[in-house]
Amino acid sequence: MKAQRLGAWIAIAIGASYFIIPLLGTLEFSLRMRRGAYSFDAYESVFADLQFRETFGYSMLMAVLTIAFGMLLVVPTAYWVRLRLPQVRPIVEFVTLLPLVIPAIVIVFGYLRLYNSSSILPLTGSTSGTNALLMFSYMTLSLPYMYRAVDTAMRAIDVRTLTEAAESLGAKWPTILFRCIFPNVMSGVLSGAFITFAIVMGEFTMAALLNRPAFGPYLQLVGANKAYEPSALAVIAFAITWLSMGLIQLVSRFQKSASPKA
Amino acid sequence: MAFLTLTNIQKSFGLVQVVHNFNMGIEKGEFVSFLGPSGCGKTTILRMIAGFETPSGGSVVINGKDQGALKPNQRNIGMVFQAYALFPNMNVHDNVAFGLKVAGASKTDIDIRVKQMLGLIKLEHLADRFPYQLSGGQQQRVALARALAVKPQVLLLDEPLSALDAKIRISLREEIRQIQQQLGITTVFVTHDQEEALSISDRIVVMNAGRADQIGTPFEIYNTPATRFVASFVGTLNIIEGKVADPATGAVTIGGQRIALKEPIAGLKGGDSISLALRPEAASIAEGSKGDTSLPGEVVSTSFLGSVIRTKLRVGDDVISFDMFNDPGITPPVAGENVSLRFAAKDLLVIRE
Repeated sequence: MKAQRLGAWIAIAIGASYFIIPLLGTLEFSLRMRRGAYSFDAYESVFADLQFRETFGYSMLMAVLTIAFGMLLVVPTAYWVRLRLPQVRPIVEFVTLLPLVIPAIVIVFGYLRLYNSSSILPLTGSTSGTNALLMFSYMTLSLPYMYRAVDTAMRAIDVRTLTEAAESLGAKWPTILFRCIFPNVMSGVLSGAFITFAIVMGEFTMAALLNRPAFGPYLQLVGANKAYEPSALAVIAFAITWLSMGLIQLVSRFQKSASPKA
Repeated sequence: MAFLTLTNIQKSFGLVQVVHNFNMGIEKGEFVSFLGPSGCGKTTILRMIAGFETPSGGSVVINGKDQGALKPNQRNIGMVFQAYALFPNMNVHDNVAFGLKVAGASKTDIDIRVKQMLGLIKLEHLADRFPYQLSGGQQQRVALARALAVKPQVLLLDEPLSALDAKIRISLREEIRQIQQQLGITTVFVTHDQEEALSISDRIVVMNAGRADQIGTPFEIYNTPATRFVASFVGTLNIIEGKVADPATGAVTIGGQRIALKEPIAGLKGGDSISLALRPEAASIAEGSKGDTSLPGEVVSTSFLGSVIRTKLRVGDDVISFDMFNDPGITPPVAGENVSLRFAAKDLLVIRE
């Protein structure tokens, strides 16, 4: 029994080391910019860089827009599939999984071919059009996570009965969706939002090939030209991801504590 | 014309017809229960009244107005669901106020009406609680208040007590009946619990395989069941097989013994098989008990049910149950004992298929 427990701890230690040692190494390296002493010089250098602030701000804005438009697409879709079209559920699930199977580079080349400046819908012909296209591409990339998060939250409430209860009280569709359903799937919506945020902040392929000033391409640029700053940026990027994951945990814990009594 | 009229209602899901030509009129202020086993079509009829299902044929008319073209949110029908269906993001006050807000009532009117409704269900002190902070019984009372707040023309209750424990179920069903009588609201109640239906209804519809086997008062349904299904579904019933001796005088033979029923037997001739029903409470083995008929039998088993003791007796090829009131002074019969089962021949009911 004791030997088994020891084995389990060794396995956990090896697994944890696999993840933690490189992170500690990166963190340690990012603090060694000043010769012979630990310092935050690399972080100061990163935060002082105007391009960092511009690309970070741009990606933040794109993340917020992606989350807002993604929710407007995903919540009504998941609701409608659950309520009225359960037979198309496998098809919708398959479609939402496609971004995991099709590489981002294939998707973006498809976009460039479909929406180039000589096409019927020349989105890449203008800055705002390209920004919109990038946002849509982020929506596509986050679809597998966003849809599942919202769908799981809907599974936790009795969507059909709540809808019928609201209908019998005279409510119409917009009222039902935004006052009865949306607030009750907020935990799923927020989980999806944080995952989307993490994806958008680190995404490289779409932004680079659409030539937009996002944080992902900036990370690559700094990585190719500087020594300590890339490590500082990597730590910052990890911090953003962890913050998002922590918030997901927080939201799901809040949801659990607010769940009905048996 | 009745306040709520269902005419030739039919409903099919694909090739399966779940409701067959259902007809019924419900008067204003009446409490009608639809009683039947799972899958008999009772909830489907309720949902067609509410507008959640579209009838494959027939019409639903409320207060002289055909509801066919109206969506559920245009019918002004209150509905209470088995699963409570309170909005989890709203507190008790906001749940009850929801329909009034949707209708565009003023804040003052909403507050007055919500207070009235919470007073009706005696939960004024829980107005700020959220559904997850309430017990099942409290949630269902809030759901009832929410449905009544909009002053619906008909109240529909879809197995509202099924998810509650036995004690709460009894107290809440009495509360529902009292509120219904107080407001005089036309109510349709769906249940599979015969005791519930018998105790609170003005009339009961016993549903079987998409058809109404019998519509009548609880007294009629229990005492004069129209079909074998009604007889077996409502209460416990013994079915005794016999032969018709003389249909004109109502004479039958059971286990070789000739018995005269209370009325002539229509539709059968001498020598035909006949099924007769006898309620457990109508028979006895006590010495000196009333009854003009006695059948010899052997005790199979005895079960203690609290207020009564139920005994199973083998009489010929049939096993007959009978009840005796519990009394610490009596000695229940034991298995293998030979006894005489006594009952009045007038208590035997002829069962039609």
